[in-house]
Amino acid sequence: MTASAHAPAPAHVHYTTTGLDNRKIAIWAFIGSECMLFASLISTYLIYKGKSRVGPYPHEPWTNPLTGQTQAGILDIPITSASTFVLLMSSLAMVLALAAVQNKHIPKPTRGDRILGSSQLWLFTTALLGAIFLGFQAFEFTAFVNEGLTIKTNLFGSTFFTLTGFHGAHVTVGVIWLVTLLFIDRRRNLGPADALNVDLCALYWHFVDVVWIAIFTLIYLIE
Amino acid sequence: MAHEHVPQNPPTGSHAEAHGHPAAEHVHPTARTYFMVGAILTIITIIEVWAYYIPALVASRIFVPALLIMSAAKFVIVVMFYMHLKYDHKLFRSLFAGPLAIAVVTIIALLLLFGQLGDRLRG
Repeated sequence: MTASAHAPAPAHVHYTTTGLDNRKIAIWAFIGSECMLFASLISTYLIYKGKSRVGPYPHEPWTNPLTGQTQAGILDIPITSASTFVLLMSSLAMVLALAAVQNKHIPKPTRGDRILGSSQLWLFTTALLGAIFLGFQAFEFTAFVNEGLTIKTNLFGSTFFTLTGFHGAHVTVGVIWLVTLLFIDRRRNLGPADALNVDLCALYWHFVDVVWIAIFTLIYLIE
Repeated sequence: MAHEHVPQNPPTGSHAEAHGHPAAEHVHPTARTYFMVGAILTIITIIEVWAYYIPALVASRIFVPALLIMSAAKFVIVVMFYMHLKYDHKLFRSLFAGPLAIAVVTIIALLLLFGQLGDRLRG
């Protein structure tokens, strides 16, 4: 696939004082406000880090008062690393979906071009990877609850579940948005005229990804 | 304030310009670039996780700064290449960078006031 450029302007383009589409300005402003939301959640987690009076703790060993057994830190790095990889790859699939929609009008002579140019394939892949990420998160939350960590257990539980729960809710909204686009694509083939609608979803999806990049390092890897 | 349907910026026939991007700025990367970026992100993530499992490295003073730098690099790469901020209009950069700067300053200020950084500074 060669460098992509936008197709000719659709008839319904609205010209504005900035020359930019209102919807794209709105999504960037929304993403900016979301930065501050997640900053407040991350800083709350970091402020209360290490201040829980009872376990379980994220990295440090703790003694279970019911069984008297000493257990390791509760965070499961291998599982979270896998889910991080899944979310990163979903961003790759999303950007390929957008490129496929933008370049729908370009002929695709080879099989490779046809695969790269299939917006339905990449939208489906992105939604699937997002759903797999949510599956990992559901698994992690269930394991934590079984080990005795709930949102009410200690400061770590409260701040951790609030932060990652908010992120998971954002991923859920993203998956719903992607599935909606996939249905529209199946019904009437998204083309270059729809590129902005896919772009808005892509920006939201990549933002959810970059938030997880920060969460993974600050919450999971730094002890 | 934006005025819809009013051709303040008359159409020039280019979708790129209709969206406020000079044509030269609006060329997106190729699929090859996207795959390369994906590979770089994966490699950085592998290095981060690998570093986590080396006790000597975790105990050293460079561990946290190194992780923060790698995380910041991943953040910037996704924003620049996947979110196309490198190629898009400057206004979008401002709309993102402004609140992001406020967010980072807020985290640092709160940590200095209440958290780990404040404890360290107070000795």
